[in-house]
Amino acid sequence: MQVSLDNHFSDLCASGRKCLVPYLTAGLEGWIECLHAAAEAGADAVEVGIPFSDPVMDGPTIQQASDKSLAAGTTPDSIIANLAKSPPPVPTIVMTYTNIAHHMGYDRFARSLADAGVSGAILADLPLNEAGPWCEAADASGVATILLAAPTSSDDRCRAIAERSRGFIYAVGLLGVTGERERLADSATMVASRLKALTNKPVLVGVGVSTPDQAVEASRVADGVVVGSAFVRRMLEGASPEDIGETVGEFRTALDTLL
Amino acid sequence: MGTEEAETDLLTSDPGTSGRFGNFGGCFIPETLVPACQELEIAFREAWADEQFHSELDRLLADYAGRPSPLTICGRLSEELGTSVLLKREDLNHTGSHKINNVLGQALLAKRMGKSRLVAETGAGQHGVATATAAALFGLECEVYMGEVDMERQALNVFRMRLLGAEVRPATTGSRTLKDAVNEALRDWVATVETTHYCLGSVMGPHPYPWMVREFHRVIGSEAREQCLKQVGKLPNTVVACVGGGSNAAGIFSGFANDSQVRLVGVEPAGAATVGRKVPGVLHGSLSYLLQDEFGQVSEAESISAGLDYPGVGPEHSYLADTGRAEYHCVTDEEVVEAFGLLSRTEGIMPALEPAHALAWISRERADLAGEVVLLNLSGRGDKDAAQMVEYFK
Repeated sequence: MQVSLDNHFSDLCASGRKCLVPYLTAGLEGWIECLHAAAEAGADAVEVGIPFSDPVMDGPTIQQASDKSLAAGTTPDSIIANLAKSPPPVPTIVMTYTNIAHHMGYDRFARSLADAGVSGAILADLPLNEAGPWCEAADASGVATILLAAPTSSDDRCRAIAERSRGFIYAVGLLGVTGERERLADSATMVASRLKALTNKPVLVGVGVSTPDQAVEASRVADGVVVGSAFVRRMLEGASPEDIGETVGEFRTALDTLL
Repeated sequence: MGTEEAETDLLTSDPGTSGRFGNFGGCFIPETLVPACQELEIAFREAWADEQFHSELDRLLADYAGRPSPLTICGRLSEELGTSVLLKREDLNHTGSHKINNVLGQALLAKRMGKSRLVAETGAGQHGVATATAAALFGLECEVYMGEVDMERQALNVFRMRLLGAEVRPATTGSRTLKDAVNEALRDWVATVETTHYCLGSVMGPHPYPWMVREFHRVIGSEAREQCLKQVGKLPNTVVACVGGGSNAAGIFSGFANDSQVRLVGVEPAGAATVGRKVPGVLHGSLSYLLQDEFGQVSEAESISAGLDYPGVGPEHSYLADTGRAEYHCVTDEEVVEAFGLLSRTEGIMPALEPAHALAWISRERADLAGEVVLLNLSGRGDKDAAQMVEYFK
């Protein structure tokens, strides 16, 4: 069911809970079951990747997942239809690239997300300066547009991004594409603390958050994390929805130590 | 220079801070790269208004790259086609193509911005070779991404880049051609943006690239216009150039944009007729015409020429097509191979497969062009394609 992400995340933060948003590439085998398992294991929202042929913000894991999903015949419409048919019990956020929305038409894309009960959207290659027309269409359909802020963004830009972003601000944790890393980059906590000083909206760190320990480290400063490749890799390795639920549970348990 | 509103003159305009050509262009990239593009725009505006930058670039273009490139009046080819063909000889530039114009400009700019490393994509390898050359000249580190398929069909250029000290990295995903090399170059840049300049090789990508790269190639059109007037005493009726991303076309078109009587023709491969199909989309930083399926997934272009094997096109070309100032046509691989032989046989000039597209169009349309003066931008030489043609003719 579509909810206001602004309220959802600020309520979570007010309760002192650190937010956990797992990302999965749609179209991989068992992805809907995995979303439900993630929600039941303590995810506060789920992020669903609609695969794009040229994902320039993604590293090898999500590239491979996207290729696999597209090769299996996945389309934006089929993903949205599946989400409408078995909506996860927590708010759903769609993540994709601009051309998918642009090709369908911003209005139609936003409306079809809303009709499927999707609450938010992230377009990885749509920065603030170009976001206007999409944001208007999304707002009109009650879909929250979550914008990215990067370690390279100036304070002025971060402020403007925070102003326009709905639900939370997605702090890009490192200079680079998505993927698992040995350790959490210093830039993750730096960008999070810069943003926390500039806005009262929730700040979640994503990109390069790979383990429960790293999630905890980032969430000491931030209001939570988005974790993608760590789950997607497991799905590519054949993990069952139960396995994904278990891994999400490990992140949940670790984050709850910060309560 | 106006920075707020785009001026109206085609191909001479400044697209403003929003980087728009009509509705096309813009800056659709991950936030991480936006500050770098803004920094680049400011650096380019300053450099382009700086006489010292121009004199340094002009000196390099003259003493290092060999400009001005000659304008050749074709005798036997003109006789065979029944139309007077002029060749703008970008094939005679150092490194064998027009790509060096842009690369010398960007390398100077990179130095000015204090960047120590260049990253580039390449299709046929001409832009990669030019970038590796400039990196060697300026003592910059250089990494070039190239589709695995292209590394095979353009092995000579891979060798040249490595000899010049560049790292050549294969793009192994997707169609393993130019589009995927751009993806990899962008991913590299997202991670290295603090020390690295992305030396993009065509009039595509996020603002300010489409505008900046066109400006660095403007020299082609300026020289050609002057040479035409001097050597044949009048302007050409038609200017023809091949279009992949569209940099050589933008360069030569820019010299004639304000001569409304001059017809501007871009020639695309039939398997990558991006402008021809007129479906807009967002890829690699800009909104432009884009080959894609019914869901917005980018299609794989197909062309005998690695340099034109790209599903997108520079945003200004989409705008030129929309306004009708330029027209875009396509030719088949077979027509291209025939043109490749034709120029070699009649003029003793082996063209690269890319500009052979432009000649293929002239050859096909010879009846309509009869008696005209047609200027063809010979954007590169064919040595790199010789091995591929040996296989083709087998």
